[in-house]
Amino acid sequence: MKMLWFHLMPYTELPDDFKEKHPSVWVDIHSSLFDPKRAHHMYNDFLDELEYAAECGYDAICCNEHHSNGYGLMPSPNLIATALARRTTDTAICVMGNSLALYNPPTRVAEEFAMIDCISGGRLIAGFPVGTPMDTTYAYGANPSQLRERYNEAHDLVMRAWQEKDTFAFNGRFNQQRYVNIWPRPIQQPHPPIWIPGAGSVETWRWAAERDYVFCYLSYYGYKMAQNVMKGFWAEMDRLGKDRNPYRAGFAQVVGVAESRQQAMDLYTEPAEYFYGRCLHVDPRFASPPGYTTEATQRAGLESQVKMAAEASKAGPSTQAPSAMKMQMLARDMKGIVDNGYVIVGSPDDVTDQLMELAKTLNIGQLMLLMQFGSMSKDLTKYNTRLFAEKVMPRLKPLFAEWENKWWPQPMAKSARASLPAFAGSAPAAAE
Amino acid sequence: MSEPKTTSVDVNGHPCRVWTKGSGPKIGFLAGFGGLPRWIPFLDRLAESRTVIAPSMPGFPGATGHNILDTHLDWLVAARTLLEKAGLDGADLAGSSVGGSFVAEIAALWPQSVKRIAMIAPFGLFDEKDPAADVWAQRADDVPGLLCADAEIYKALKAMPAGANSVEWPIEQTRAAEAAARIFWPLGNTKLERRLPLIKAPTLLIWGESDRVMPRSYADKIAKAIPGGAKITTIAGAGHLAELDQPDAVAKAVLEHVGQA
Repeated sequence: MKMLWFHLMPYTELPDDFKEKHPSVWVDIHSSLFDPKRAHHMYNDFLDELEYAAECGYDAICCNEHHSNGYGLMPSPNLIATALARRTTDTAICVMGNSLALYNPPTRVAEEFAMIDCISGGRLIAGFPVGTPMDTTYAYGANPSQLRERYNEAHDLVMRAWQEKDTFAFNGRFNQQRYVNIWPRPIQQPHPPIWIPGAGSVETWRWAAERDYVFCYLSYYGYKMAQNVMKGFWAEMDRLGKDRNPYRAGFAQVVGVAESRQQAMDLYTEPAEYFYGRCLHVDPRFASPPGYTTEATQRAGLESQVKMAAEASKAGPSTQAPSAMKMQMLARDMKGIVDNGYVIVGSPDDVTDQLMELAKTLNIGQLMLLMQFGSMSKDLTKYNTRLFAEKVMPRLKPLFAEWENKWWPQPMAKSARASLPAFAGSAPAAAE
Repeated sequence: MSEPKTTSVDVNGHPCRVWTKGSGPKIGFLAGFGGLPRWIPFLDRLAESRTVIAPSMPGFPGATGHNILDTHLDWLVAARTLLEKAGLDGADLAGSSVGGSFVAEIAALWPQSVKRIAMIAPFGLFDEKDPAADVWAQRADDVPGLLCADAEIYKALKAMPAGANSVEWPIEQTRAAEAAARIFWPLGNTKLERRLPLIKAPTLLIWGESDRVMPRSYADKIAKAIPGGAKITTIAGAGHLAELDQPDAVAKAVLEHVGQA
């Protein structure tokens, strides 16, 4: 099993009364809450934490893209990935990812990802999210009715740009370029591994499977609430005749480990309540721009609602509900957060057991770990990261050894790679 | 209130519903934000002295094919095709909100194709100093009160009728909001202002006194940009979709402008 250390880069100093006084952490969060001089320290702490995770032996370090967002300070994940490429040596760098439809022209993504792949010596995992409604349609003004069509076309353009040997003209519906010829070109051939973050949409599962990409379910609500989505995903893989290789799927999980369960509760309550209480406070008016959810997905959601109503069963938050809607129904206190399984906290044994259960019930080979969450300090983040690496990681690593991970970067041979100037991670005796 | 006759015309290979009722000279009507999932009293008032023809634009209730229209030119040609096929070439033309914007465009680009025009708070402009509301960034409960002075009227328009398909009905309503978004996202600004000077038809502008979507100042802007000017009528007790709030008063104003027969 692969373990990826994922940073959202939250602004860690939102005020205590944030939820009461401010309508949304996203889109129209007020600029007065942002102190650039504090952000200087946050960015540098976050980069330290990612580099530390690489040092501790995580298989990959991950970053992602958000806009106008108080819990995600990475409008450009590519900047972060490039900084990391120069301060790590062997760890894969997972950019989860670039929202293709937002780049004009989309070949910008092909270029920047190729740059990261070259600088890192072929360590890039290329994520292609559609992007949330908040990021794409509201913060960036993308038309929700065209977003997916533009995403699909941009994907085709980027893939051709990486693979075609000669300059070509792209005559698309939304993008027209006379001379497509990207320099630099990616080290990994025919292209870096492609991972698709998504939610419970059958169309996305199918689209990813047809192209043999990894599907990642990036939920903040834990593995218990993810059961139905992943069951649906694997059932769809069966229908498509794909094997149940667990490396086809990724899942994000918030984790806090300590010596004991009680100690974990003491340490992680504050950052967890900060994350679920302040970071995920999104105004529902930004939840569902019309057209963002396809009619097929709306139909599936409505049909299951109708079915549930007919069976008079009590429906939880629908897996089809837009993310900002789900965020309205969240538990915000630690008891609810833990009882609902959003976070896994406990002793190394507790955490190992639950992650084993996660991996086996969801059949997940690419596990993305959110180990800095909310207002968590650098010290606590490093403690969490180190303890997990020492006590939990070795027990999870052998899982799924019988499967081949065909979706992992293929870097240049170590001996052929550039030597970087000395830093903690590159020193021969770095791992104490 | 009797039912209209329902027919269908083809636009780009997609069916678009056309409602017809009444007798006398023709008047077309292009619906506002949300479209017309059901027949409305305003059209009955018009039908008392006119042949009312209400074609549905692609993606609005009764019509599909919005998602193959990518550019504003695609939309304008679709609107022109729809009106022609619905038999409205050369007729008087009215439209509300989203539909009102197309009335202005058609009158500007194909001046021979309309006689007199009436627009109720049309989309198409945006003024940073007096911004229109964002109809697509609303909590669901706030939408009816944003569009109509009496929220209950909009709720009744959109309420699922007995026996309707409980899956397809809500999808059709979302599709209408999407179609409008496809044309006007994110600000509603299609640069209509640049084409207003081409309008030759006698023009009436109707504005709900309590319109919470389109600022009243847009009426003056539009009137000023049309060489022949425009008459502006304000309707008391009406919101953005004035024809829903005050069907009698709006129909009366339109009929006075186009002539009873």
